Amino acid sequence: MLDVRDLSAGYGDFQALFGVDLRVDEHETVAVIGANGAGKSTLLSAVAGLVPATGGTVRFAGEDLLAVPGHHRVGRGVALVPEGRRLFPSLTVEENLLIGGYARRPGDWHLDRVLDVFPLVRPLLRRPADLLSGGERQAVAISRALMANPRLALFDEVSLGLAPVVVHQLYAALPAIVEGGTTVLIVEQDIGQALAVADRVVCLLEGRVSLEGRPADLDRARITAAYFGAAA
Amino acid sequence: MSWANAVVQGVLLGGLFALFATGLSLAFGVMRFVNLAHGDLAVLAAFLAVSTTATFDVNPFVALLLIVPGFALGGYVMQRLVFNRVMGPDPLPSILVTFGLGVVIQNALLEHYSADSRGLDAGDIEVRSVRLTGDISIGWLPLLTLVVAVAVLVGLQLLFSRTRTGRAFRATADDPATARLMGIDDRGVYGRIMAIAFATVAVAGVFLGIRQTFGPADGPTALLFGFEAVVIGGMGSLWGTLVGGVILGVAQTVGNQVDVRYDVLSGTLYGHLIFLAVLAFRPQGLLGRRGRA
Repeated sequence: MLDVRDLSAGYGDFQALFGVDLRVDEHETVAVIGANGAGKSTLLSAVAGLVPATGGTVRFAGEDLLAVPGHHRVGRGVALVPEGRRLFPSLTVEENLLIGGYARRPGDWHLDRVLDVFPLVRPLLRRPADLLSGGERQAVAISRALMANPRLALFDEVSLGLAPVVVHQLYAALPAIVEGGTTVLIVEQDIGQALAVADRVVCLLEGRVSLEGRPADLDRARITAAYFGAAA
Repeated sequence: MSWANAVVQGVLLGGLFALFATGLSLAFGVMRFVNLAHGDLAVLAAFLAVSTTATFDVNPFVALLLIVPGFALGGYVMQRLVFNRVMGPDPLPSILVTFGLGVVIQNALLEHYSADSRGLDAGDIEVRSVRLTGDISIGWLPLLTLVVAVAVLVGLQLLFSRTRTGRAFRATADDPATARLMGIDDRGVYGRIMAIAFATVAVAGVFLGIRQTFGPADGPTALLFGFEAVVIGGMGSLWGTLVGGVILGVAQTVGNQVDVRYDVLSGTLYGHLIFLAVLAFRPQGLLGRRGRA
């Protein structure tokens, strides 16, 4: 479904990705792990169109995604839950969710179903989005992405800065999202969490893929080496 | 003129200032864009109304039906082709480009219409008024100006708060990059915002032209009053522009009442003083939110 080949991307003079290959099949859940600055978020941002790619190709459902302007990618079925949640602070929670469906594809996700998956969001609907806790923000950010009826949902750093109990709650919603037919690509710093939910794990190290495999096939030593580099 | 009458006339004058301020406030609120040609565009609209009324032998209010859509289209095209290219973290390019546009408009008007002052004749409405009490009477024209300003602001408020398009405007104002992730074309939003800004300043310009005489060099004064209303009311706040316009208007008319020694325009000084006081003590404006302005 998503086929990334030899992708390079960066910010101005700073290159963050060096020839990354990544394949995500339909209905698969893939987790990208890696240390801070490994290029995980840049990879998702380049796929979603937040960061321009400087080389390589990204094909999504057979289409050359890099040729699609950033604001048209959500309509193609690629929705990003960005790092830091990035809710719209002057909109209410409900308005944030409605904006999520601004360019929605036809599909089964609608406000009520999203709220069934994240019941904690329901009582917050009228609240301004800048008056939420971190966990609430993340739940709203994921809900907002679902409102677009994505075929591929990109989750960037779901657990970052959240208490373990909150992270557990958020990940509990993942099966409902996957069963709804959405393919999921997660960026996660928490290796344990990533191994628990993903069908396949890809590790980035300094902008390059350092390891790829099914969680069952990977042992701790290989992951540690791929995560921290050969020196570790 | 009594004190009460000065206040009433100031409130009515505030309607005109609010119309000037609306477009400035919108462009700043949604895209942090300052258009220094805003006042010159108002004067351009007034001159175009002179030509339209002369060519088709119609009332200036009828001329608005042609000029407002024309300006909206012009604003959209200007934003997409020119302003979008100079927007960015550095405000200097946009200031230079809009300043330059103002110079071009002023000189084009001078070339085409000469430096003579002109006026727009709207007929009876200019002189008719209704007497409220012994010494307070309200002119139909200032009243209409205020009503139009309030109607424009109510319309924009409803557009922003109740519609899908308005939500997209507000989301883009908050965070254009994330708005793009939602499928919103931020550049297109900017175009539509500038279309609205141009349309409102066209209305302001024609009302100005009916109220008083004007010349090609009057744009900067209109810009100044618009700016003052925006700053007093609060950058980016729609109702703030009305509050700012009214306060500025009252300051000017009451100032005239205080200070009749020099000439009838001495009241503008008092408007400037209120503007400076707000800038010094409440720089985010009366209705502005701290940190956003």
